Amino acid sequence: MSNIIELKQGLDIPIAGSAVPKAKKVITPDTIAVKPVDFRGLIPRLLVREGDTLLAGSPVFADKVTPEILFTSPVSGTVSEIVRGEKRKLLEIRIKADKEQKSVDFGAAKPNALDEAGIKEKLLKSGLWPALVQRPYGIIAKPADKPKAIFISAFSTAPLAADLEFTLKDEFENIQTGINVLNRLTKGGVHVSFHRETYSSSPFHKLENIVPHIFGGKHPAGNVGVQISHISPIVKGDVVWTVSLTMTAAIGKLFNTGRYDMTRLVAVTGPEAKEPSYVKGIAGMSMNDIREFCNTDTGIRFISGDVLTGTNVGSDGFLGFFDNQITLVKEGNEHELFGWAKPFRSSQFSASHTYFSWLTPKKKYSLDTNLHGGPRAFVMSDVYSKVLPMDIFPVYLIKACMAGNIDKMEQFGIYEVIEEDLALCEYVCPSKIEIQSILSDGINLMLKEMA
Amino acid sequence: MRKFIDKIKPAFEKGGRFGFLHSTFDAFESFLYVPDTVTRKGAHIRDCVDLKRIMIIMVLALVPAMLFGIWNTGFQHKLAFGLEEWGFWNIVGYGLVKVIPLYLVSYIVGLAIEFISAQIRGHEVNEGYLVTGMIIPLIVPADVPLWMLALAVAFAVILGKEVFGGTGMNIWNPALLARAFLFFSYPSTMSGDTIWTPGMTRYLAEGKAFACGNGLVDGFSGATPLAHPSVDGLQTAGTSLWDLVAGIIPGCVGETSVIAILIGAIVLIWTGVASWKIMLSSVIGGLAMGYLGFAVGATDLPGYWQLAMGGFLFGTVFMATDPVTSAQTETGKWIYGFLVGALAVTVRLFNPGYPEGMMLAILLMNTFAPLIDHYVINGAISRRTRKIKTA
Repeated sequence: MSNIIELKQGLDIPIAGSAVPKAKKVITPDTIAVKPVDFRGLIPRLLVREGDTLLAGSPVFADKVTPEILFTSPVSGTVSEIVRGEKRKLLEIRIKADKEQKSVDFGAAKPNALDEAGIKEKLLKSGLWPALVQRPYGIIAKPADKPKAIFISAFSTAPLAADLEFTLKDEFENIQTGINVLNRLTKGGVHVSFHRETYSSSPFHKLENIVPHIFGGKHPAGNVGVQISHISPIVKGDVVWTVSLTMTAAIGKLFNTGRYDMTRLVAVTGPEAKEPSYVKGIAGMSMNDIREFCNTDTGIRFISGDVLTGTNVGSDGFLGFFDNQITLVKEGNEHELFGWAKPFRSSQFSASHTYFSWLTPKKKYSLDTNLHGGPRAFVMSDVYSKVLPMDIFPVYLIKACMAGNIDKMEQFGIYEVIEEDLALCEYVCPSKIEIQSILSDGINLMLKEMA
Repeated sequence: MRKFIDKIKPAFEKGGRFGFLHSTFDAFESFLYVPDTVTRKGAHIRDCVDLKRIMIIMVLALVPAMLFGIWNTGFQHKLAFGLEEWGFWNIVGYGLVKVIPLYLVSYIVGLAIEFISAQIRGHEVNEGYLVTGMIIPLIVPADVPLWMLALAVAFAVILGKEVFGGTGMNIWNPALLARAFLFFSYPSTMSGDTIWTPGMTRYLAEGKAFACGNGLVDGFSGATPLAHPSVDGLQTAGTSLWDLVAGIIPGCVGETSVIAILIGAIVLIWTGVASWKIMLSSVIGGLAMGYLGFAVGATDLPGYWQLAMGGFLFGTVFMATDPVTSAQTETGKWIYGFLVGALAVTVRLFNPGYPEGMMLAILLMNTFAPLIDHYVINGAISRRTRKIKTA
């Protein structure tokens, strides 16, 4: 067994509203949406028109650069609306679901019975190829590449994250099949990381054909990027792929049943969620379907994903392709008298010792979206490395991104990180700098310049 | 009050009647209330710590040194002029009369410049000056003429900070720049033996000290321990190590008391506002040089005396640790701190022209901090590349 990699830096934000492991509701989707904006750098080519009828698994749009990569509908139904934003940017394709669901049959197959090309074709046709994410940059994997290795994180440490052992408890067979599929795409093996505390009790440690790793520590120990940097750091020229465990199960399902099945258990969490628990939902489901979980009607932010990296989709928005969590938090658009000067501010949490929240380590807080200050230049230098268990210099990387200096970005490790890895740095930043968005610009610049 | 602010707010917004005062209004509003802005991009929740909080902790940490400084200002005056009948409140009263004008000048001049430049740039007013303005009166002699102080503050804020783009962009510690400006522009009022005792300047000029007709006591020297840093010298002046630790010696307003400074240091280290690495390594550097000087015979005082004398600790705790101008990398902080301490004592021991080296040491190391970081980072990157290649 491999050694335990213990990460010292990190932070578990004590936010209230973690989901109890109970599926409270089965959602019958009414309108769902497929969103090109879930994928970085994607230029979509629309393949449907309003009024077209689709089956679950029918293509909706394709990648303009690599047209083999298809994005398919998770439900059968009718295209009801195509939503475009500024400059006619394609935002959402809304699909009204039929009462009776019908799927395209892609044909069940044993991964070992197919050759590599056959496996790739099946993934591309079914719309599951976009589940393969390439590092560096966090973009959709290129079908022509042969990655150095494939990495899966079998646990999540993100705030209020869905418990994968619960959401995937019936999916062991599918995950195993998925891993067998992935093994055919790389020579470097499929590396799966477990958490130290749950490793021996987790059903997933019985998975075969994997290279297991064990990590200990606080968030972001569960981020696959952090794990890669400790297992086999990415250097210039390397290409590795990452897949989420949820998506591995979906890939397994495709090969076991022949269907594109995006149903999943979704955790409804957050301080504003009434009785936070799980629902049986589907990728692209509408926030309207979980309306009864809201504590109040207004002033709630609907986040598809977790509070650090998720997307604010609004009360009429839709769940993202990769997300298995919805977080409901209060919009903190209120003035607080003398907030920063108060000696005690017991309803707020701070990772620093400048407030007294370190006296109550067990307490959970109803955090809201207030920025708690105004944007400033970088002042503090040692707050960021305390929450980033990677061998990089976050402030220097971000400054290189601001300056658009490609050489420096390379030196400071742009290949190793995507936004989610630096999300905690952004959370703790006393200067309220938008680190994730700056990094995002940096990665986009790299994509443009290195293409 | 919230209603009142909301009512007058539109006038200060863009296009409003007082639109040109936008930054000023914003500064006062955000001083009273945490703004209602919510996160737009990236992480949806944020830590409740902001720079205002960090700065206010820094200011709090300086309070013991300031309070002691006020008392000591009066106490030194009492000693010098033999005011036997003065009680505690007389002493504090005199201290307040001396120190409050320094604070008024420091904050009025500094904040005015800060507000104007924020207004010109259209930025929010930065809270960094709250700390700088708190430090400056503590590192000047109580007798410094107020117009000189005003000039020094203006110099430090404009040329030391605003031309670089404000807090977070500056290269040198602004408070120290103010002191350096005074030191080099008006050496006659910033050095020598007479400036350090409050009320002395006036006595020399007008023949009488404030509030009393007494002359100087017999045998008064007024020199700080740094002027005669030897066993004999200190003995003649009657200064014991305890006097240095407690801080009942002449010197700059806030720098004398080791105890008051250490209270501040504990606050800073515990809250994580200042780096303990820099403080520790600076002390190590000072001790190392102090004992080296002791060993080669440059001084007959053992190394630990160097820590207690002059502005060494004040500089180490409050100014070398300035997060903007110090080294940014963790390894860099050790090197930077050590060199600050070592250089300060080196200047003291081997350069008779400058009895105090702390200011010069910190300013010099501020200049070299980016260079230290550069080499630390390059070293880390190449070490890492090698490791990955061999793995």
